[in-house]
Amino acid sequence: MSIADQAMASGLKALNRFAGADVVDRIGLREPAEKLLYRATRNGFQAANAAGRTFAAAQKVASPARQSKPRARDVFDLTPTDEQQMIVEAFGDFAETKLRSIASDADAACKAPQEVLSQANELGVAALGVPEELGGPFEERSAVTNALLTETLAHGDPGLAVAVLAPSAVSSAISLWGDADQQSTYLPEFTGENPPAAALAMLEPKALFDPFELDTKARRVGSDFVIDGVKSLVPRAEHAELFVIAAELEGSGPALFIIEAKADGVLFEPEPAMGIRAAGTGRLKLDAVRVPQTALLAEGSADAYAQCVRLGRLGWCALASGTARAILDHLKTYVNERKAFGEPISHRQAVAFTVANIAIEAEGMRLLTLRAAGLADRGTDDAEFARVTGLARRICSQKGMQIGSDGVQMLGGHGFTKEYPEERWYRDLRAAGLMEGALLV
Amino acid sequence: MPISLEIPKKMKVLQDQAHQVAAEVLRPISRKYDLAEHEYPKELDMLAALIDGMNDSGGQGASAAGDAASKKPETEEKPDDGAAKNGANLAGVLGVTEMCWGDVGLLLTMPRQGLGNSAIAAVASDEQKERFEGKWAAMAITEPEAGSDSAAIRTTAKLDGDEYVLNGEKIYVTSGDRADLIVVWASLDLDQGRAAIKSFVVERDNPGLKLDRLEHKLGIKASDTANFILTDCRVPKENLLGSPEIDTKKSFAGAMKTFDNTRPLVAGMAVGLAQACLEETRRILEEAGVEIDYDRPANAQSAATAEFLELESDYEAARLLMLEAAWMADNKKPNSVEASFSKAKAGRSGTDIALRCVALCGSIGYSEGELLEKWARVAKILDIFEGTQQIQLLVIARQLLGLTSAELK
Repeated sequence: MSIADQAMASGLKALNRFAGADVVDRIGLREPAEKLLYRATRNGFQAANAAGRTFAAAQKVASPARQSKPRARDVFDLTPTDEQQMIVEAFGDFAETKLRSIASDADAACKAPQEVLSQANELGVAALGVPEELGGPFEERSAVTNALLTETLAHGDPGLAVAVLAPSAVSSAISLWGDADQQSTYLPEFTGENPPAAALAMLEPKALFDPFELDTKARRVGSDFVIDGVKSLVPRAEHAELFVIAAELEGSGPALFIIEAKADGVLFEPEPAMGIRAAGTGRLKLDAVRVPQTALLAEGSADAYAQCVRLGRLGWCALASGTARAILDHLKTYVNERKAFGEPISHRQAVAFTVANIAIEAEGMRLLTLRAAGLADRGTDDAEFARVTGLARRICSQKGMQIGSDGVQMLGGHGFTKEYPEERWYRDLRAAGLMEGALLV
Repeated sequence: MPISLEIPKKMKVLQDQAHQVAAEVLRPISRKYDLAEHEYPKELDMLAALIDGMNDSGGQGASAAGDAASKKPETEEKPDDGAAKNGANLAGVLGVTEMCWGDVGLLLTMPRQGLGNSAIAAVASDEQKERFEGKWAAMAITEPEAGSDSAAIRTTAKLDGDEYVLNGEKIYVTSGDRADLIVVWASLDLDQGRAAIKSFVVERDNPGLKLDRLEHKLGIKASDTANFILTDCRVPKENLLGSPEIDTKKSFAGAMKTFDNTRPLVAGMAVGLAQACLEETRRILEEAGVEIDYDRPANAQSAATAEFLELESDYEAARLLMLEAAWMADNKKPNSVEASFSKAKAGRSGTDIALRCVALCGSIGYSEGELLEKWARVAKILDIFEGTQQIQLLVIARQLLGLTSAELK
């Protein structure tokens, strides 16, 4: 069956948006990257995006729409579907031609150029998780597909990948756990021409942060919630118009809340970090933010919250896996070209074995991530999903960082300079073991 | 069809069978034959007969090392629709994993399941297959001066009338003393290098084949490891496996091909052993009040939990790499790199996991009261035989970097 037939058969709409090639062609060459200096001089917290749009339902759906889960065939199989293959190819092209080339500038500027974000939106990234009834492109929701996409974008550049994917974490969360009103209010914006910047804010600035023990608190006041707390490393916090944030609901447990950026008491300050700088990370302060009852997602369900934590971690696993492969691919060329003692350094076991070990561990990271994502799609065994996700996070954090370090090491002094991307990947990979939220596969 | 890394139901049945055998037959005698090195585990005769029966009836769950490599991938009844298949290679690694959860040494000495049997199945003519059917065949490659560089073997075979005359010394022959046949690697012409290396089937009772000694080892004591001296050992020329021609173009590839299929099986041994270690360690840690929570950050739990999670993540990566290599073989995808991925990762992780599990369990882990210390001794061989860790890295690096063995030594 051809890809087009397959797409028809699976009810895939907007195929052309994903076929990619025409869009990428149309996008053309990038303009010289804006070299905006990041506001590293901290002015303290400022009001977050006060000019943000107003979200209102134009039309309400009667009941919440959900994407169906992919049907699993009872066979061990690592072959992507035609649809997945198509996404990987289209976005692979985008990642290599658009993201990689501007990654260094974006890292320095702590900013993803609007042009690249718009291009990603043209490819439909923001709406990936939105159900078909509400204008999303896919009938099925697949964490595996999202992991493949994340990995592919990260191969281009992990920092820009986070900037590009951040809104889809919010649209996915509302698609997965929103009720009919929440979906009608927020999701149509994500499928439009100009989807909002948005972020899933979970992490808090403290050592040993545990997403199941949050310092951000939501209390009930009348029929509203009042939320106080600080969220750390929120992607594109300055520009986001919409947040889903994690807060401890008084008397209940950790839960997810929808907060519009222009609500009173939503404050932001830049929080540039070691890496993932192109995502323009910022700190979000919630100072007695008052939101209506309808802001609470999934009625505060503990299960939904745990799923969100796990799917977020898998996002970071996929990001680390894609970055690890980028390092491997770059090293394969470099160590064969770089000469020392009269021959390519690849002829030395100390170098060649390091590359072999990177290949082994990167493949292990990829397989664990895909297995966990597959379990999420099956949805039949939450305990096993939790277990494999925990293991994936562990290995992607540990081996990912080792690969980042070895990548720089193989280039020696050159690896330490900004002449090559290894030093950036080194900084970016450290995030995989400590980030929570922000991404969602 | 969606990507799935779960074991299909069909295979789970085989896995359960093998697990039961491992639990009921191997585990109870595991310590006994660790202590009684060189004593023949007679309990295995019954089991071997059972496995023969299962193989004859088309089952394959509990089959031992080398068996999957010897079988053609199972073809499904329906015509090839391009969909992925799960066949003999996947069944093989799953079976081996379960059996080695029981006991690695006992699996290695399972009657009629030797590495020589794989070699015969892979390259023998129909006539030879018939002649050697039902026999237990060991494999003799290594020599005192030729370990990882198996192309450097010095054992010679000279044609004399209707017989080849073999001379040389072979060491580390698994099941060498117990097998009916030994498949011996020897060179037809030392000047012609690896292309001249052929394998010859030698009957164990051949007067020219003299058992020199049995090794005393760190682990897998249930499996005998024999050293032989071949002195004017005469074998019928019909016992040469494959072609007697010295074809320098085909070189060594044919002989090494067997290893692409057997590396994932050895990975399976390490995966099974690691699984046993982790299960036992979890039980002992839980008795000590240690909790393992997969959702809470590792660093916010106990150090023992964090270490356990690290070990378990290596185990799971090794297991998936093994499944990937087997899946590729079943679907006729070239898997030389992935086979080495699985062997390298499982070999080193198996040892690391076993040793650190002993330490996590303290004196309980270190003493002979439990099997953990035994597993930690056994684990090391799995990072050595069928290609050491370092050889796997060479295989991987040469292929990834496009280097020859002259460039990357």
